[in-house]
Amino acid sequence: MTETTSIEQFGSSRVKRGLADMMKGGVIMDVVTAAQARIAEDAGAVAVMALERVPADIRSQGGVARMSDPDLIDSIIAEVSIPVMAKARIGHFVEAQVLQALGVDYIDESEVLSPADYVNHIDKWKFDVPFVCGATNLGEALRRINEGAAMIRSKGEAGTGDVSEAMKHIRTIKGEITRLSSLSKDELYVAAKDLQAPYELVVEIAATGKLPVVLFVAGGVATPADAALMMQLGADGVFVGSGIFKSGNPQARANAIVKAVTFYDDPSVIASVSRGLGEAMVGINVSDLPAPHRLSERGW
Amino acid sequence: MTVGVLALQGDFREHAQVLRTLGADVVLVRRPEELARVDGLVIPGGESSVMDKLARAFGLADPLRAAVREGLPVYGTCAGLIMLADTVVDGIRGQESIGGLDISVRRNAFGSQTQSFETDLDVPVLGEAPVHAVFIRAPVVDTVGPRATALARLADGRCVAVEQGRLLGTSFHPEITGEHRFHEYFLGTVSAARFLG
Repeated sequence: MTETTSIEQFGSSRVKRGLADMMKGGVIMDVVTAAQARIAEDAGAVAVMALERVPADIRSQGGVARMSDPDLIDSIIAEVSIPVMAKARIGHFVEAQVLQALGVDYIDESEVLSPADYVNHIDKWKFDVPFVCGATNLGEALRRINEGAAMIRSKGEAGTGDVSEAMKHIRTIKGEITRLSSLSKDELYVAAKDLQAPYELVVEIAATGKLPVVLFVAGGVATPADAALMMQLGADGVFVGSGIFKSGNPQARANAIVKAVTFYDDPSVIASVSRGLGEAMVGINVSDLPAPHRLSERGW
Repeated sequence: MTVGVLALQGDFREHAQVLRTLGADVVLVRRPEELARVDGLVIPGGESSVMDKLARAFGLADPLRAAVREGLPVYGTCAGLIMLADTVVDGIRGQESIGGLDISVRRNAFGSQTQSFETDLDVPVLGEAPVHAVFIRAPVVDTVGPRATALARLADGRCVAVEQGRLLGTSFHPEITGEHRFHEYFLGTVSAARFLG
């Protein structure tokens, strides 16, 4: 057998988007300690999101929310062998540099933290580590992809346990993609202008009928049925933030949501895994949240 | 010919797409009765610890082991290679594999995602043109036992593709690069197995 001498290429789009491809059909769980990360891995999470506070606590405690302490992130990386993600503030490219140096597997440029820049997002092409970004509609998703995001998650409303915003965002993104597919070529120029998105990406999506990156759902998923609902609406997978570790029995709920995502189209499985989970997180109705407290409106 | 793709988690739709392009009828396999219908099976990329956990939880692990023992052709990529290895190094606590390949596989052998890469590989069994291979938090084959054969190695000598009878495994992901030769090669094995029974 001859051996190759060809060059290894790191940090390419294919490699970055590829890791998200491998997470499809899976659940990414927010964790705030190594012990929670252990529970998540044992339950079958495809990745964990290392945080100091879950969104429900960020919401109730208030104040400026920033990147987590590197010691916390190190302890979670040391605890588990599945991919570890961590959040940087929108536009805070130095937090992202630090997270890359710590060896995280994915960075979430996240509206759950307090934005550092109210105009610009991070130039994600400059990094070898891939980024996931939130979006509430197709234009926002395409602007993030244009900046180098290798994965998109619909935002929902984090820390509420109310799935209605997640529903709105995934339906909006899917609906706008379907609409693009129905337009003729000469209508795509205006569509790109209306979406405030690059024309080339708009043409690509009109042709393929899907985003060029993986689309997960986040923000308000609290039960196995919520997770299966998002999968039936066409999500590639789900993030569960406060929904697991703010519930009565995190281990059981984490196990159940993993199973519900795989068997999202089988109500008998969803019914059986929904039994005996104890209390779900208490939750807040999004309609009761005053506008300044809605995290999904952060990001531009 | 009907080829299954294990659809518990991971990039099973990419494999299904390649197999359909090559003319196979594809069944997504999540249950034992779906496994029973297929002439061959692909185990996709994804998180091996999750596939293992779900395969056991839904009664698929033992039927998979029995199918491999009885000669079902199986091709595993990345997590699928780990699932087919007799020995898994650096698995999560309690992780099991289906086994069948006389190899020891090291999970996540390159480190964190920033160590993921793409490169060209020589794979003589597929012809002269190199295979463009994408390694994503990929495993490597630490030890190739006497019953298994290495099909490709990295420049540093580490084995990243193996074959043993009707079983095939790669550390990398032909399903996401438009490289169809591994799937064609595997479908050849499936056809031959159907003919021989």
